[in-house]
Amino acid sequence: MLTSAPHRIQRVELRDIVKRFPGVLANDHVNFEVQAGEVHALLGENGAGKTTLMRILYGLYQPDEGQILIDSRPVTIESPADSIRHGIGMIHQHFMLVPSLSVAANVALGLRSTREPLLDLEVVKERVRQLAEAYSMLVDPDAMLWQLAVGEQQRVEILKSLYRGAALLILDEPTAVLTPQEVEEFFVTLRRMADEGHALIFISHKLHEVLSISDRVTVLRNGQVVKTLKTADTNRQELARLMVGREVLLRVKRKPVQLGPPRLVIQDLWALGDKGLPAVRGVSLEVRAGEILGIAGVSGNGQRELAQTLAGLRKATQGRVLIDGDDVTGWAPDRLIAQGLSYIPEERMEDGVIRDMTVEENMMLEDHGRPPFARGIFLNFSAIAEHCDRLIGDFEIKTPSRRTPLGNLSGGNIQKLILARSLSRTPSVLIASQPTRGVDIGSTEYIHQRLIAQREQGTATVLISEDLDEVRNLSDRIAVMYEGRIMGIVERDEATVEQLGLMMAGVPMEEAAGQTG
Amino acid sequence: MIQDLLAPAVLIGIASSGIRLATPYLYATIGETFGQLSGVLNLGVEGIMLMGAYSGFYVTFKTGNPVLGLLAAIVVGGLMGLGMAIISVTFQAEQGISGIGVYLFGLGMSDLLFQKSLGTVETVSGFQPVEIPFLSQIPVLGQIFFRHNLLVYAAFLLVPVAWFVINKTTWGLKIQAVGQNPAAADALGVSVSAVRYATVTLGGVLSGIAGASLSIGLLNVFQQNLTSGMGFIAVALVYFGGWSPVGVLLGSLLFSLVNALQNWVQVLGIPIPSDFAVMMPYVLTILALVFAVRKVTQPAALTKPFERGEG
Repeated sequence: MLTSAPHRIQRVELRDIVKRFPGVLANDHVNFEVQAGEVHALLGENGAGKTTLMRILYGLYQPDEGQILIDSRPVTIESPADSIRHGIGMIHQHFMLVPSLSVAANVALGLRSTREPLLDLEVVKERVRQLAEAYSMLVDPDAMLWQLAVGEQQRVEILKSLYRGAALLILDEPTAVLTPQEVEEFFVTLRRMADEGHALIFISHKLHEVLSISDRVTVLRNGQVVKTLKTADTNRQELARLMVGREVLLRVKRKPVQLGPPRLVIQDLWALGDKGLPAVRGVSLEVRAGEILGIAGVSGNGQRELAQTLAGLRKATQGRVLIDGDDVTGWAPDRLIAQGLSYIPEERMEDGVIRDMTVEENMMLEDHGRPPFARGIFLNFSAIAEHCDRLIGDFEIKTPSRRTPLGNLSGGNIQKLILARSLSRTPSVLIASQPTRGVDIGSTEYIHQRLIAQREQGTATVLISEDLDEVRNLSDRIAVMYEGRIMGIVERDEATVEQLGLMMAGVPMEEAAGQTG
Repeated sequence: MIQDLLAPAVLIGIASSGIRLATPYLYATIGETFGQLSGVLNLGVEGIMLMGAYSGFYVTFKTGNPVLGLLAAIVVGGLMGLGMAIISVTFQAEQGISGIGVYLFGLGMSDLLFQKSLGTVETVSGFQPVEIPFLSQIPVLGQIFFRHNLLVYAAFLLVPVAWFVINKTTWGLKIQAVGQNPAAADALGVSVSAVRYATVTLGGVLSGIAGASLSIGLLNVFQQNLTSGMGFIAVALVYFGGWSPVGVLLGSLLFSLVNALQNWVQVLGIPIPSDFAVMMPYVLTILALVFAVRKVTQPAALTKPFERGEG
């Protein structure tokens, strides 16, 4: 399975690309260009059209209008196979890997073998080793994919593209799954690839990453190019403004709040993950009234299972949970809600709302059985209507009416609805899991302000997020979770990115503090 | 009476007929393994087996040549597999439901054709046992393993062949990838549809042969619902065998031995009500699934149609 020597691409140009989906103009006459040796960042909010544009370049979608030129030659790219042939590789947000196969088999998939129809994995392994060494990306070609950490899986993805002779690499939000240290290593690899003459497109909505790795930035908003500019000539504030279309507060203001007694107490909590292995392994935490406790960590380290266990959706195998002094371990969600718990789930479309029901019905999912919204077995529609209209106004939820099917709302507005539902009963404890993931900057800003304001009501909040900036901005204290355990809890003012990053990689707190201090 | 079962001649008889009875299970399970590995659950195996059994029998009855009968079963099985592929891959129908449709079609159609063309139960001279020189003369083992018809030998040869194809060829790699992560395979230029069409059609061919191995190999008759649930047991055995040819071989042997045992229980007149004896394989199916399923990793995309650009 030896591939042709990587042919160089000097310049790839997308001209006047238009792509329509039913009801949406995803790309509106977009012009974009990338050259060999540069990292060109494509910046924009979710839904700005970044991924659509790149999927067109990779042959996953066909443009309705426009042209793709490689080294000034117009080309048609009808499938991923075509784009691979042209020397284009794409690293997807969700890895395109087969977990039950080895690294080498994943690389070999879809390639012609040197001894067709038989596999030639030995040849593949040798070449993977060479490539891995050349770009200093350590990967064992014999390892089974499911055994690899997420960062390693990403390296396999990149090797897969390089193996196929990719001269242009499209990286779709590649840092979302990495710790800060891994991001640094990853950027070194990207630089090296660019220096060797590869062209790289870096899709992101994280401003500081774009600023630190790219040579040029193109900002997309609502399917249109706002501007392409040299990274050296811009700054965070300008990029944020271009991306959102108005001035943005990058940091929320926090009023100091007097902390009350502990409202949520977790003692040595254990729970199993989906595969039947312990995912939460002896977590003990205390959250006080008026406090936000942030839980940072790379995804898949038990945060999801912890949130579900606290919300009553997963059984605790050991340990206790107390809310306001009452032992609520093993309570079903409806009792927990009655006890004052609110939960903003990570998978909002799956666990948080019902797409085909109306805004109003979704708003009432948790409280419809309680007065004043229910009288006996009957629903009190006037009370429900009044409540919903008030929340829609209070929380700035953009919807034509409370009777609109929820599926018609944007992600940000759906998240605001869940927030409204959770906060409307002034919870004693709030579990907020990835509250702004996939949400536009405007809504994120609003949700952050609300979570901060909720402290003044005496709510004890657990904020679980993979976005380290979010955790650092909002939390009073930051706990880092790694492999189901809490590696330590750092006070807000003492937390540095380096220390948190080391803890996210499994280094205990004291040691991490020592290494960076 | 029970001790009669332990007489050497009887034990050899049970083992030998166990090997023979494994034949239809082997063809059907290996065919279904290919389909399921690529992500398509074909519940219509039973119906395809019935059509294969009928067409194989009818052509053999008319021509006197079981090889032609086998070819007919292959063509009919392949066409039905292709039909299932069209329904589940191109039209993306719910696989559990469409498979039941294929089963009911095969059940009804094979009986209709049987009633119209033959009307009564006839017998044919199907594939005859072939004693393998020297090997068949080995005491005990020769009797158990080397005095069967060609379809039996071929079924057992299919196991290593299938293992090799799945694990050592580029096509096998594509099958596994398409069943585990079709989006990944697609992104690397593998045609998910082409792979699934091929595996489901192959599964149909092998199911057709499985049916023929009954009607012109083991029993040499055809009647309504000849397979009586073997196709469904085969689907269960694929889960039991953990989607590996060796696993389905073990499962097939387990079931055929239990079947052989219950036959001999009846032959010897051991005073167990025959209904209980007949029940054994089915009870075993349920038990096997209860205890086997959880351990293995099933193809992640099993029963899920693939459409580009969803994720």
